[in-house]
Amino acid sequence: MLLFFEQLLNGLQLGVMLFLMSAGLTLVFGIMRVINLAHGSLYMVGAYVAATVFLHSGSFLLGLLAALAAAGMVGMLMELLVLRRLYGRDHLDQVLATFGLILFFNELTVVLWGRQPLFMNVPELLSGTIEVIPGAPYPSYRLAIILAGILVAGFLWFLFNHTRLGMRIRAGASNREMIAALGVNIKLLNTLVFGLGALLAGLAGAMAGPILAVESGMGESILILTFVVIVIGGIGSIRGALIAALLVGMVETLGGFLLPALLRLFLPAATADGAGASLASMSVYILMAAVLVWRPHGLFPAHE
Amino acid sequence: MRGLMLTAALAALYSITGIALAETPVKIGMVTTLSTKAGYLGEEIRDGFMLAMDQEGGRLGGVPVELLVDDDGRDPGKGKQIADRFIQRDGVKIMTGIVFSNVAMAVVPKVVRDQVIYISPNAGPSALAGEGCHENYFNVAWQNDNLHEAVGQYATDVGFNNVYLLAPNYPAGKDALAGFKRYYKGKVAGEVYTKLGQSDYAGELAALRAAAPDAVFFFLPGGMGINFIKQYAQAGLNQQIPLMGPAFSFDERLLRAVGDAALGVVNGSQWNHDLDNEANRVFVEAFRKAYGRTPTLYASQGYDAARLIGSALKQVGGDLSDTGAFRTALRKADFPSVRGAFKFATNQHPIQDIYVREVVRAGADGTTNETRKKVFANHKDAYAAECRM
Repeated sequence: MLLFFEQLLNGLQLGVMLFLMSAGLTLVFGIMRVINLAHGSLYMVGAYVAATVFLHSGSFLLGLLAALAAAGMVGMLMELLVLRRLYGRDHLDQVLATFGLILFFNELTVVLWGRQPLFMNVPELLSGTIEVIPGAPYPSYRLAIILAGILVAGFLWFLFNHTRLGMRIRAGASNREMIAALGVNIKLLNTLVFGLGALLAGLAGAMAGPILAVESGMGESILILTFVVIVIGGIGSIRGALIAALLVGMVETLGGFLLPALLRLFLPAATADGAGASLASMSVYILMAAVLVWRPHGLFPAHE
Repeated sequence: MRGLMLTAALAALYSITGIALAETPVKIGMVTTLSTKAGYLGEEIRDGFMLAMDQEGGRLGGVPVELLVDDDGRDPGKGKQIADRFIQRDGVKIMTGIVFSNVAMAVVPKVVRDQVIYISPNAGPSALAGEGCHENYFNVAWQNDNLHEAVGQYATDVGFNNVYLLAPNYPAGKDALAGFKRYYKGKVAGEVYTKLGQSDYAGELAALRAAAPDAVFFFLPGGMGINFIKQYAQAGLNQQIPLMGPAFSFDERLLRAVGDAALGVVNGSQWNHDLDNEANRVFVEAFRKAYGRTPTLYASQGYDAARLIGSALKQVGGDLSDTGAFRTALRKADFPSVRGAFKFATNQHPIQDIYVREVVRAGADGTTNETRKKVFANHKDAYAAECRM
């Protein structure tokens, strides 16, 4: 039972990470109708910049701020130089161009930082463990990630529901021609939204730095799950992204833990572990297929 | 017509320079992984190999050699293409370099059938050590299971009796755990196969803690291992349950990405930079001087591959026309290996000592490996008996 609660926390933490990634991606997809495969590269930029600044200054906070600034800036540049030319184009063109960006960024990190993964440590303050549930020490750094995710979700809720900028972004998501006709500078809005999405991806990357290997191509592994999240959540919906991210995080984590145990009830242990591991890695996609059968546009689509 | 003229001109040129041609360097083809995340492995092998050449001024065993290097990108198809090109266009008779077993399985069987000698500086799949062995295939590193076996024996020796096992869900992962269990005699607390390429191990770590084993053996190559070790330490588990693995997750370059989290981890290896023999002292010092970093086990294997080739070239005087004679020369393994004693078994895989090392602090905030104990003396792989040559 203890283990189950601990796994719930792990699922929550993965969900939060996925939310940070998918919030930006779903907005870009929803408002600009652009499939940006290079979103994972912004995550990687965040991680690399955070690790580099951390290595030279020794301050995690400084690294985090630098990562936010760098990812936001790279994101806006990406929008100005590349994506802006793709808005009216076919989805296939967008996929090709942004896939090219992935290759570009992966090679760029190799040129700048080399092939060797960078090292980034957990900040001193968060290096211990906390017994949230008595008897199950949990890394305090992961708790901090969960907290950061909740704060970001709150911030986004406020931004979208209680500010003029947020209202325009929502309007842009449901009807971009109309909002342009009403005199809103949609180009500027696009760049800002893209910058915001990039910033969140950079935040996720910087926070992942101490947990994961900071290496070229690290963005791709999370990108696939991020796409699953926005498809389940409904394209363009922040609320959908939040709920789907938590759902995917839970299924991914609990699947890996419960399925082998479940199969062990009626299969020999070795077979059960093997089959359980394979089933667990499929479970997220099975979830996606099930949701799409039930609601073809995702849970909370911004526009049907 | 123009092509014909050119050929004629070339032929004339060849006949004039006929004497100089006798001194044409022996070509060695190196197919290795230089790009992708795993690119540093090929880099190490290549640098180790080239160091041996540089020490002799572009020769091996006194014979001038030319090294052709190309990157397989960890892709079996591409590896095969490069090998074909080396053989058909460049007329290469000696090949080496492959890092990954799946690339080796695509390239090696074909190459050795074409009467090319292949010397493996890293990959040692069981399929090429047992029934699939070949007289033209030599492995100068290890059979894949060896380093896992050493850790298994170590676990038995120190009396661990409830070990938790973890590896990715793919053939090499299953082989790793099988290799460990071949020499580990205690109980298995849990045997977990993770997704290949998985980056977050929070779920596995929680289950591991709940199983309360007295040690953990894991095989997670590359970035997966970095993630696992860091997260293991963050969960506070490194203070409670000893961690063991093969050397692959603890080479000197990965250690820099892991930091203090790897301190105290025990890992199995056939080589370490502190092994006390003359050849090794020369190698480590020259490598540090040439490349400004401490060599990894991969570099030592590349270096040994070059020196093995050199020893055989010397015996045949650089003449590769008689493949049989060259093979016989190679089989003698008449070179001072940087790992100390080295011989070929009947399947042309190493008979060698295998050690466990421990990750210790080096300098202010660095870490490095220190040899702790010789686990196997003159260890031979489990497949040699199945090989009929």
